[in-house]
Amino acid sequence: MTISALRKASPIAPASVERPATIEITRISKSYGALEVLNDCSMSIRKGEAVVVCGPSGSGKSTLLKCVNGLETFQSGSIVVDGVSVGDRNTDLTRLRSRIGMVFQHFELYPHLSVLENITLAQVKVLRRSKTEASEKGMTLLRRVGLGDKAGCHPAQLSGGQQQRVAIARALAMDPIAMLFDEPTSALDPEMIKDVLEVMTELARDGMTMMVVTHEMGFARHVADRVVFMDDGRILEDAPSSVFFAQPSTERARIFLSKILRQ
Amino acid sequence: MSDFDPDLLKAVAPFLWDGLLTSFGLLLLAMAGGGLLGSLLAVMRIAGPRPIAALAAGYVNGLRSVPLIMVIFWFYLLVPLVIGRAIGAFTSALVAFVIFEAAYYAEIIRAGIQSVPKQQLAAALASGLGPLQAYRFVILPQAVRKMLPILLSQSIALFQDTSLVYVVGLHDFMTAVSVTANREGHLVEFYLFAVAIYFTLCFAASQSVQLLNRQSVSP
Repeated sequence: MTISALRKASPIAPASVERPATIEITRISKSYGALEVLNDCSMSIRKGEAVVVCGPSGSGKSTLLKCVNGLETFQSGSIVVDGVSVGDRNTDLTRLRSRIGMVFQHFELYPHLSVLENITLAQVKVLRRSKTEASEKGMTLLRRVGLGDKAGCHPAQLSGGQQQRVAIARALAMDPIAMLFDEPTSALDPEMIKDVLEVMTELARDGMTMMVVTHEMGFARHVADRVVFMDDGRILEDAPSSVFFAQPSTERARIFLSKILRQ
Repeated sequence: MSDFDPDLLKAVAPFLWDGLLTSFGLLLLAMAGGGLLGSLLAVMRIAGPRPIAALAAGYVNGLRSVPLIMVIFWFYLLVPLVIGRAIGAFTSALVAFVIFEAAYYAEIIRAGIQSVPKQQLAAALASGLGPLQAYRFVILPQAVRKMLPILLSQSIALFQDTSLVYVVGLHDFMTAVSVTANREGHLVEFYLFAVAIYFTLCFAASQSVQLLNRQSVSP
């Protein structure tokens, strides 16, 4: 498997307890009427950690991810990102979001703007960077994701994998303290998945704090520090990835793994 | 028809031209006013709290259920009764057009905004743009591209509808033609002339809309 070649190179100290949590999720619950989407979920991601959240579809993993930057609301519990409480009425959510990068399943590039404009928009409008500065930053990031020659293109002219790499560059341009990935490779053809995973692996290796909802078990096994397993709106497992894959503690995780790894 | 003197057209041209200018004046002012009020109604319906949204929806559905000619006519008759003095045919007709067209523009604008996928808003907000910035820089530019051809088609229909102001005795192009035709006793020639003018203007406009449509499909 190609992913094994991407194995985390730097031997970062095992997720040490002393490092402060960048994302602290405490007893989050959310329901639509009688339907419980999230049930008493707690987890934390320390600075520099890459955590994969996996589980069957409908398990609430994407909803949990979206709660972190306030795209989804929750009814009880708390989420604290870099010391700021997301659910707090007084929190400047817009400001907090500008510090958290997010990558969507369907890329969500702005179709009316060029690739470079996609990357400079929030830099200029939110961070008040000059056009020149924002463009330079954008070009640096585009080159980093291997798309330096696509700056003038429109998103529709790019393949899915290229669009997703632009989306990652767009998020990185804001110098985020953490990155959220919502099934970043689920909408991609197999041969494009690799390019996107390579970029994400490099990010993790560079010490980016990442919360990744994905079915890519190769990435979870070889790149993630920890794996969180969800089912039915509950967090059933939260373990170092080596432990999770070697000996999942719940029956449901075992079944999930056997199904997904057989493919 | 054989006794139609082409010089006659030249003689009445200034009168007809005045009528055409009245039609265009109505059209442009009604487009501007209807567009503004329509945008406001669309925003009320999309983003307003429930009572406000319901109010806007009621306005839109109500006005779309009555014929334009009734709105023009009743506005002309009722407003003087309510405010106690006449307001003139042009103002009356213009206000009637604005409140009527606003209902149609509102629906076109609302449909345009709602045709932009919701995830685009999520992406814009996630990047740290405020809600107003997200609409200004991400949602509206996409929505306008989609709604512009339909707005222009609606405005072509509006131009044709300006001929209805004859009910309040306003001298638009159609009324001017009609008056001249009757006075000079050349009904067929003058009405054919009117058809030619309306056709040329509307056909040219709809062709440019199609061109615009084609451009908005391929970015």
